[in-house]
Amino acid sequence: MATTMDRTGAEPVHPRPTRRAPWPVEFYRSGVGKKWVMAITGLLLMGFVFFHSIGNLKVYLGAEDFNHYGEFLREILVPILPRTIFLWLMRLGLIAAFAFHIHAAWSLTRMNQRANADGYQQSRDWQAATAASRSMRWTGVVVALFVVFHLFDLTWGTANPDYVRGDGYRNLVASFSRTPVAIFYLLANAALVIHLFHGAWSLFQSLGLNNPRWNAWRKHFAIAFAALIGVMNLSFPLAVMTGLVSADDNDACTKRGDVIERCTEYEEAHP
Amino acid sequence: MHVTLHVWRQAGPGAPGTMETYDAPDISEEMSFLEMLDVVNERLNSQGREPIAFEHDCREGICGSCGMMINGQAHGPERGTATCQLHMRKFADGEHIYIEPWRAKAFPVLRDLVVDRSAFDKIVEAGGYITAPTGAAPDANLTLIPKDVADAAMDAAACIACGACVAACPNSAAQLFTSAKVNHLNLLPQGQSERYQRVLGMVDAMEEFFGSCTNHGECQEACPKEISIDFIAYMNRDYVRAQLKNRKLLSQD
Repeated sequence: MATTMDRTGAEPVHPRPTRRAPWPVEFYRSGVGKKWVMAITGLLLMGFVFFHSIGNLKVYLGAEDFNHYGEFLREILVPILPRTIFLWLMRLGLIAAFAFHIHAAWSLTRMNQRANADGYQQSRDWQAATAASRSMRWTGVVVALFVVFHLFDLTWGTANPDYVRGDGYRNLVASFSRTPVAIFYLLANAALVIHLFHGAWSLFQSLGLNNPRWNAWRKHFAIAFAALIGVMNLSFPLAVMTGLVSADDNDACTKRGDVIERCTEYEEAHP
Repeated sequence: MHVTLHVWRQAGPGAPGTMETYDAPDISEEMSFLEMLDVVNERLNSQGREPIAFEHDCREGICGSCGMMINGQAHGPERGTATCQLHMRKFADGEHIYIEPWRAKAFPVLRDLVVDRSAFDKIVEAGGYITAPTGAAPDANLTLIPKDVADAAMDAAACIACGACVAACPNSAAQLFTSAKVNHLNLLPQGQSERYQRVLGMVDAMEEFFGSCTNHGECQEACPKEISIDFIAYMNRDYVRAQLKNRKLLSQD
């Protein structure tokens, strides 16, 4: 019982605009281009989170060292550039990286949703996809929400009742002394570790960096990088919760009046 | 052996479909999966019921016609095997087997387990060919190709366009298929003339129909020809290069 079926083919789900745009726009319009942008911005964000975590390890050296480090960041290249200008250039780059990373992720997600038909009735038996690779958009959203809270908490201080501008050490201890905040910080950083576990490997493929000589090391690198960030970042709230890092070190405020002028403001406010 | 089949039945394109259950006793474990379906269809026919439509041709794993989602895996549980080469001995007696067509917007279901994969043809039309010189046939081995290159190009050329990569991909992306078709030409000296034009054309055609790659690696596991996701990286690399190349200088490097 032979039957003939007409094959007209599917309609494109993402028809291309007929007018060609300038090549950077055309490149970003494509999914492969967006993945390349995600990989590059992901690398920049990985660089940021790495140095941010390394720098924050100063918290274990005490308030003086930690706040001195904060001041140092504002004074990078000071004779050449005015104070905080270099920091702001870095921040602008970071904001741009975040913006592109999030926009590309959102746009690619939409693209994939349009290409997906109704799902399978049966449950899928995943062979290679990991919990990390399948939850990228959710871990990404958690990290993004955390970054927003982190800024309100420790940069602008609006979410931190004990905030004192310029006294990073005290703000950190005050922030993590609130258990819900410390738990949110731990969860968000766990999400970051999971995000990095897939992202730090995936970026090599997206950039086309593939060579049998070192392919195995791409996954080793991702595991090592995610673990390193995890150990550093998860240690901060745990150190405060266990009392390893505590506000008693604030006595150092008297000693560092010469380092941070605002410290005296703090002392006047808290006799 | 005795198995129970849960099969997607759909009368035609756009028609609503459901999972139907079929009892399949007296199945030999020596049968291929398609032979098992043949037996089930034979019985359905004799009962005057509509047999299960599925696509097949060579039944030796090289034509790429057959293919279905079996128990959550494209082409079923055995690695590197098309549905026609999958044998019933891979299933347990009394097992429930779930069978569905490939699912992606680019692969509309025509009937039951048959999908329309002409979106793949559009990708190949966009650059999956080389400019062949006319005239007398060239001498064999006139163009020297390093062994590693020939092997890699051959691995890519093993693609039978069955569509399992798309079916297995959570994003319905066709990166593995397209990268195989791009690279079996782009890796060879004969494919260099259109290398960058090819990757641009084929990726652009692909993205009209399919999703984007998030490097899950499911396609590589589902592929009956075990094509590596390394080719996806090579395609990404060529796509970025194609954006930057001065085409006038192409023959200089």
